[in-house]
Amino acid sequence: MDTSLSWIKAYVPDLECTAQEYTDAMTLSGTKVEGYKEFDKNLDKIVVGKINKIEKHPDADKLIVCQVQVEEEGKEVQIVTGAPNVKEGDKVPVVLDGGHVASSHKDGESENGFKIKKGKLRGVESFGMMCSIEELGSNTDMYPDAAKDGIYILSDNPEYADAPVGSDAVGLLGLHDVVFEYEVTSNRVDCFGVLGIAREAAATFGKKFVPPVVKETGNQEDVNNYISVEVKAPDLCTRYTARVVKNIKLAPSPEWMQRRLASVGIRPINNIVDITNYVMEEYSQPMHAYDLDCIEGRKIIVRKAENGEKFTTLDGQEHELDDTMLMICDGEKAVGLAGIMGGENSMITDNVQTMLFEAATFDGTNIRLSGKKLGMRTDAQAKFEKGLDPNTTMEAMDRACQLIEELGAGEVVGGAVDYYPVKKEPVTIPYDADKINALLGTEISEEDMVSYFEAIDLLPDTEKKVVTVPTWRQDLERMADLAEEVARFYGYDKIPMTLPKSSATRGGLSDKLILENQVRDIVEAYGFCEGMTFSFESPKVYDKLNLGQEDALRKSIVIANPLGEDYSVMRTSALGGMLSSLAVNYNRRNQDVRLYELANVYLPKQLPLTELPDERVQLTLGAYGQVDFYDMKGVLEEIFSCLGLRGKTEYCPDAGKVFLHPGRQAEVLYEGRAAAYLGEVHPAVLKNFGIGERAYVAVVDLAELIVMPKENVKYAGVPKFPSITRDISMTMKKQVLAGEVEAVICKKGGSLVESVELFDIYEGAQIKEGCKSLAYKIIFRAKDRTLTDEEVSNTMDKIIKSLEEIGVALRK
Amino acid sequence: MKEKLSKIMEEAMAQIDESGQLDKLNDIRVAFLGKKGELTSVLKSMKEVAPEDRPKIGQMVNEARNTIEKRLEERRAFFEKKLMEEKIKGETIDVTLPGKRAVLGHRHPNTITLEEVENIFIGMGYQVVEGPEIEFDYYNFEALNIPADHPAKDEQDTFYITKDILLRTQTSSVQVHEMEKGKLPIRMIAPGRVFRSDEVDATHSPTFHQIEGLVIDKNITFADLKGTLQEFAIRLFGEGTKVKFRPHHFQFTEPSAEMDVSCFKCGGKGCRFCKGSGWVEILGCGMVHPHVLEMSGIDPEEYTGFAFGVGLERIALFKYEIDDMRLMYENDMRFLKQF
Repeated sequence: MDTSLSWIKAYVPDLECTAQEYTDAMTLSGTKVEGYKEFDKNLDKIVVGKINKIEKHPDADKLIVCQVQVEEEGKEVQIVTGAPNVKEGDKVPVVLDGGHVASSHKDGESENGFKIKKGKLRGVESFGMMCSIEELGSNTDMYPDAAKDGIYILSDNPEYADAPVGSDAVGLLGLHDVVFEYEVTSNRVDCFGVLGIAREAAATFGKKFVPPVVKETGNQEDVNNYISVEVKAPDLCTRYTARVVKNIKLAPSPEWMQRRLASVGIRPINNIVDITNYVMEEYSQPMHAYDLDCIEGRKIIVRKAENGEKFTTLDGQEHELDDTMLMICDGEKAVGLAGIMGGENSMITDNVQTMLFEAATFDGTNIRLSGKKLGMRTDAQAKFEKGLDPNTTMEAMDRACQLIEELGAGEVVGGAVDYYPVKKEPVTIPYDADKINALLGTEISEEDMVSYFEAIDLLPDTEKKVVTVPTWRQDLERMADLAEEVARFYGYDKIPMTLPKSSATRGGLSDKLILENQVRDIVEAYGFCEGMTFSFESPKVYDKLNLGQEDALRKSIVIANPLGEDYSVMRTSALGGMLSSLAVNYNRRNQDVRLYELANVYLPKQLPLTELPDERVQLTLGAYGQVDFYDMKGVLEEIFSCLGLRGKTEYCPDAGKVFLHPGRQAEVLYEGRAAAYLGEVHPAVLKNFGIGERAYVAVVDLAELIVMPKENVKYAGVPKFPSITRDISMTMKKQVLAGEVEAVICKKGGSLVESVELFDIYEGAQIKEGCKSLAYKIIFRAKDRTLTDEEVSNTMDKIIKSLEEIGVALRK
Repeated sequence: MKEKLSKIMEEAMAQIDESGQLDKLNDIRVAFLGKKGELTSVLKSMKEVAPEDRPKIGQMVNEARNTIEKRLEERRAFFEKKLMEEKIKGETIDVTLPGKRAVLGHRHPNTITLEEVENIFIGMGYQVVEGPEIEFDYYNFEALNIPADHPAKDEQDTFYITKDILLRTQTSSVQVHEMEKGKLPIRMIAPGRVFRSDEVDATHSPTFHQIEGLVIDKNITFADLKGTLQEFAIRLFGEGTKVKFRPHHFQFTEPSAEMDVSCFKCGGKGCRFCKGSGWVEILGCGMVHPHVLEMSGIDPEEYTGFAFGVGLERIALFKYEIDDMRLMYENDMRFLKQF
């Protein structure tokens, strides 16, 4: 929403402020000004000049030398120009030596404009410049009377013909003005019109609000002889008003109207179109004009379209409609897409004689949805979408007819058709100054509150302590809403700042969030950086992970209206994001990459969803470079250890993950439950993601770990008795797992075994084909005594015997 | 005897003083003080001394021994000190060579920022809670006073799963879950992911994070809202940070406001971060709408409250001067390592 300052001042005549003051004050009272543009920012020393004499340039065919009068009494300056469209006697805007213009013929518009200095053109002195409309910072769309590609000949426009020579040309053209751009919130429907904003401005600055006085219009005839209206969809059209104008005289609208429209970016067309636009801006009530001679049967019918019905709007586009869309029809055919755009078949042309004016209240949601379906977005539609006040409709219609008469654009037929079966009545809201102060934390007097209400045309009854709210403020429903009005005009900045004095509460993180932070600390200590990826994925990622068609991970929640296929399903694993992130790093030649993400995955209980899915937080680790399986496993072991998960943890080969290397993957069972998996990424999957070296991933189902009981740390005492260390070197078939060997050592060694550490693993020469050698350092210690060699040797014998049973031979 | 002793002393002293290195001292010690040493031999010849002179001679021998030992010790200390000094001299290192660091990982800038925010509010007695990201329409809209077909629903460009289930567009949905628990008073913040159908560009992402705040108790005022958020802004952006509250509109708060903070890059003078205004818009807030309280079973006549919502990325981007939001989700190590 835009307005110019001069348009606001038309209704708040006493308003005196700079653009910045206006911006700050309006923003603070709730009408946020996003920015403003001062039209005359780069315009200086520009006067109305009169060309008294034109001579040829002695040395240039395309240049002329003009003697231009720039003061009322006499003073002439010499200006050389190449413009072809000037003649003696013309009045033109002239920028004098040392003045400024907004743009230059050569360089276009510039942030800080251009300074004009006297100079010589082909040896002839020139003391200024005659200006085109572009040099004045505007264009011929907004100033249709200005010459295209030439000097703006002011005297060609009768309204400027009498402008005194030497007077301010910028002011003459209405360019001493500012246009403000507002961010109007959706609840303030009234502020989508200039009058609504002017009312706010008046209240903000404590000035009088003077809206236009709408007078009765029309001749002795009766509009009912011209047109009848039938509404077949009363739910979507709560009010429909129609008036008729005959003997139309199309002409340009007056300069003041053109200027106001142009200031907010609406191109002046002719008096009829300009009036409809003008009233739409003023009241936020869109209007439409039909050529009455094109309306069959002199009848308007408002109905829903039929499925598949075709209609051509006045921009020449054909649309296919459905039965939710509202149409304006005559006795035989559709003539308009209600609230969005009129039809080509009934539009006003230059030959229009009699015109039907429509102002109606259509259902905002319906208009919004129809526009969306048709891919249309018009100014009218944007206004209707907010949900307009039906009580403004007739006033806007009468205002338009008043302007028709004032501008002499036609003869308004007496009376109006007004379909308005259920009148919208104003509501009353009780107010209680104490409660409002209690909510705001203020001590504002009731008198002040009442004055704020009155300033924005709410009608307080100080006896009954109620406020009657005009229907254009449909956002006000209860006392909290009135409290906001009070706060706005008292000043948000004046409300004190306090801290709640109420009961103490205990703050903190949930157990889940504490655990997540612990996990972050652990993996970061191992060099993993935290990444974040989107929660949605492309379904193609399942193919890239080589998942089978029936794989459970494919069972993902599908977004009905995604941004595209790449973001169309909710991830069931964060692996896709992780591998893509590794690929990004790989492609950018980053070495030794270690990433982690704490990501929610979304596992549906059934599809399509009828209840919310299981959202599980998982830790996903990914790495390439100086890393191998055992680095990843070490991180997992550290996590289990640091979290106090000291229960039975098993690393089972072949986790059944098709996206991992079949010989380099493990499922991690904690107390028999699947808690994590890890492995090297399958070479085929690496290729799919474009990662050119071995990469490793690990996924820990933190949701599973959160619920597991954690062991509290208890001090175990520092060993008092010495330990005995034995090294043992063994050979065995390759298939025998180190884990099995360690299990035997621990089992047979019992409580005497303090630690078992693998210090060598070897395959090759001296070892039989298909076999490997493992060497362990075993530390024995008793808590209560010094161990004897004999005791340890006996234990070792037991261990070796048991190892032999699983095919492990002592290496001698 | 006496003369012999002083001669031995003189001889010992001379040898000690002339000794050029540490191990020589030991030889001297053995030569004079050892079992077969000269001083010991004097003691051995004591029987030749008259008995009445023996104590005196014995004392003299002891004195001589002590003197020699003392001198030996001094000489040893001298050599050791000299050796150490020589050793140290040769051990000078280049302290400007790089230190040896373990390769630590780094938290995501979002997480660092979130932890700061969490700590501020935890200190003020707020619980950090979470809610579902895939959510019922009811909690995301209806219970927040945004009924079906309300234009505000369109403004948020919602991703839908089914007619009733969607990806939450705001963490405000967590407010409703907390209120429905029926445990008052409430002081909570709810950080989390939200989703809106915005194409990815430098300032938009279809996934981002918000932090919702909610306080409900007796006698909570708009002034409390202002005071609390001022405290938050000062703790997050530093002493001297100014706040400005502007009226705004949210369906689920009344009165509503937006809060600007004085630009923490330029201190309010105006720079490219604040687009010259000196202020940065940081959050939306307001008093919980009485209808919202009613819908969650809280009596607005007895209880009032305030709520606010902060964009996490917004703060993180400003704080670290990150000019492109896409960097936050690309996971380039060269980016992540900087935090």
